[in-house]
Amino acid sequence: MSFHDSKVTLPAGANPLAASASSVAELSKAKAKAKARPSKAMIDRYHWYEVAALYAGIAVFLFFVLAPFIEGFLVSLKPLAQLFSTPYSFIPKTWSFDAYINMWTSVPALGMHIFNSFFISSVVTLIVVAIVVPAAYSFARFNFGGQALLLGMFLAVNMFSGAVLLIPLFRLMRSLGLLNTYFAMIVPGAAFLIPSSIWLLRTYMMRIPRELDEAAWVDGASRLYTLRRVILPLAMPGIVVVAIMTFIGAYAQQFIFALTFNSKTEFMPLPVGLFAFFGKQEVIWNELMAASFVGILPVMIVIIFLQRYLVAGLTAGAVKQ
Amino acid sequence: MTSSRSATIFALALLAPALIYILTIVAYPLVDTIILSFTNASLKAGYDFVGWANYQRIFGVGNFTEVIVRTFIWTFFSVTTKMVIGMAGAVLLNAAIPGQAVFRILTMPPWIVPMAIGIYMWSWMYNGQFGMISGLLQNFGLVGGPVAWLAYGHTAFWATIVTDVWIGVPMVTIYFLAAMQSIPKDLYEAAWTDGAGRFYRFRRITVPLMVPAIITMSLLSLIATFNSFDIIWILTQGGPSGSTTTMIIDTYKTAIGSRKYGEGAARAVVICIFVSLFCLAYFRAVRKLQQGEAK
Repeated sequence: MSFHDSKVTLPAGANPLAASASSVAELSKAKAKAKARPSKAMIDRYHWYEVAALYAGIAVFLFFVLAPFIEGFLVSLKPLAQLFSTPYSFIPKTWSFDAYINMWTSVPALGMHIFNSFFISSVVTLIVVAIVVPAAYSFARFNFGGQALLLGMFLAVNMFSGAVLLIPLFRLMRSLGLLNTYFAMIVPGAAFLIPSSIWLLRTYMMRIPRELDEAAWVDGASRLYTLRRVILPLAMPGIVVVAIMTFIGAYAQQFIFALTFNSKTEFMPLPVGLFAFFGKQEVIWNELMAASFVGILPVMIVIIFLQRYLVAGLTAGAVKQ
Repeated sequence: MTSSRSATIFALALLAPALIYILTIVAYPLVDTIILSFTNASLKAGYDFVGWANYQRIFGVGNFTEVIVRTFIWTFFSVTTKMVIGMAGAVLLNAAIPGQAVFRILTMPPWIVPMAIGIYMWSWMYNGQFGMISGLLQNFGLVGGPVAWLAYGHTAFWATIVTDVWIGVPMVTIYFLAAMQSIPKDLYEAAWTDGAGRFYRFRRITVPLMVPAIITMSLLSLIATFNSFDIIWILTQGGPSGSTTTMIIDTYKTAIGSRKYGEGAARAVVICIFVSLFCLAYFRAVRKLQQGEAK
C-alpha cells in the first residue's frame, strides 16, 4: 500500500480501515459467499479429527486467556471463609452474592472510583481527538521542511513509557499545581496516546482523495472551511476508530500516574481505588473481584459492540508502513 | 496549493497544539531527566551538579548490571512466548469452523480491561494456600503441597512473565490474524490445486508472507515489554529479594521509593538509551520492509 496513492476512490460512507481488517466484515463476506455457493469451498473442508484438534486448541487457548476472569468471577461468589479454606475447590460450594452488597460499605468511594475511571478516560479521549485531528490533517496533506523528522519524533514518543519520565513529570505536575487533581492523571495520560493516534488518523486521511480539497479550494473555500466541511465528515469513521483506541488506551493503562501523582481518594480511578481492599489485615478477595467486575462491566459491554473498530485500529496503527 | 508559504503556515498552525503538548509533557521531562542525572536532586529544594557521580555509583556499587541482564532475559522470554502463542492463536482463530466470531471476541478481554485489574486476578491465582493454580495442581496430584508462586525468586520470575504474556497475547493474536487474512486467497488455492497439504501451505505461504508482520510486532512488543511496570509492581514489587526487579522497577524504587531523584534519573537515562536503540532498529526494519514491498 502506498501513501501517495491519492487516486484511491472513497465510496460514500465506506470505511476502508474497518473493512480491510475487521473480522466481522470478513465473516459476513464469508457468510455471503456461503449463501451464494451451496457447499463450503473444498480447501476449507476439514476431517473430523482436524476439527476436533482445532476445537481442542481453541479451548486451551481461550482457557489461558479467560481463566483469570472465570476464577475471578467464581471467587466473587464464594464466601470469604470458603475462599480461605483447603482443599481448593474451583466451583463454589455455597453460592453467595454478599460480596456484591458488602463491597459498597468496605470501600465507600467505589462508585466514585468507577466514575473516575470513566471520566478520566473520556476527558483524555476528548483532548487527544481535539489535538490529533488538525495534526493528522497537517501531516496528511501538506509538505513542509522537517516534516518527516517531526513525524519521526512523534513516533519516538510512543516508545518511551511514562514510567521512565516519572521524576521530571512529577516535578512538572507539582510546579503546574496539578498534583492531586484529575489533571495529574489526564495530562500525562493524553500525551502518550497522541503520537499513535496521529499516525493512525494520518494513514486514514491520506486515503481521502486530494481532488476533494482542491475542488473546494477552486470554489473559493478557505483552508479551515475545507477541513471542517470536506475532510472532517469524510474522516469521521477514522476519527471514531482513533477515539475508541484512545479510550481503551486511557482506560486500560491508568495506573502509574494515578498511583504516583494523586493521593486523594475522591479522584482515584478504579485500578488504584481497589487498592483499598488490600489495606485491611486480610485482603477481601471476593469483594475485590466483585468490585472489579461491576466496575468494568459497563465499558466491557460497550467495547464488545465496538470490537470491529478495535481490530481496525490495531491493524492500521501497528503496521506503520 | 500545498507548497505556498501560507499553506506552510497553516500546516504548522494545525500542528502547533500537538507539538506544544508533546514538547511540554514528553520532551521537556526527557531533557530534565538527563540534566537531573548529573545532580544530587532529592526531596530537598535545590540541588548541585555532581558530574558523573550518579553513573559511577550505579555501575560501580550494587547490582545494576545484574538488573540489566535480568531485564533482557525477562523481556526476551516474554516477547518470544507472546509471538509463539499469538501465532498459534491466530492460526486457530483463522480456521473456518463454526463459532469463529465468538472465539475472536473472547480473545480480547485481557487487552481491554484495566491492566491492573487483570493483574489483581492473577495475584490471587498465584496465591499458594488458596489460589487456583496451586489448588488445581494439588487437586490433580501434580504437586505435593501448596506452591506459593510469588514467594520464591525463580517461580516469581516466571510467574510475572506468564502474566505479561497473558496481557500481550490478545493484541498479538488479533494483529497476526489480520495479517493472515490479508494474504491473497488464490495463493492457497493454487497451492492446494497442486496438492500441497495444510502444513506445507502454512510453512511455504503463511509464514514467509507474515515475516513483515512478525518483525513489526516483535519490535513493538519488545519496546512495550521492556517498559512493563504495572505487572511486576502489583505482583511482587520487584521481589522476592530483587528477583523480579527489572530496570523500570529499579528506577521507580530509587526515584519514587527512596526519593533519590538524581540517581533515579541516571538509571532512567540508561533505560532511554536502550529504548532509543530499539527505536532505531524498529524504524530501520520498517524502512527495509517498505523497500522490500516497493521492489
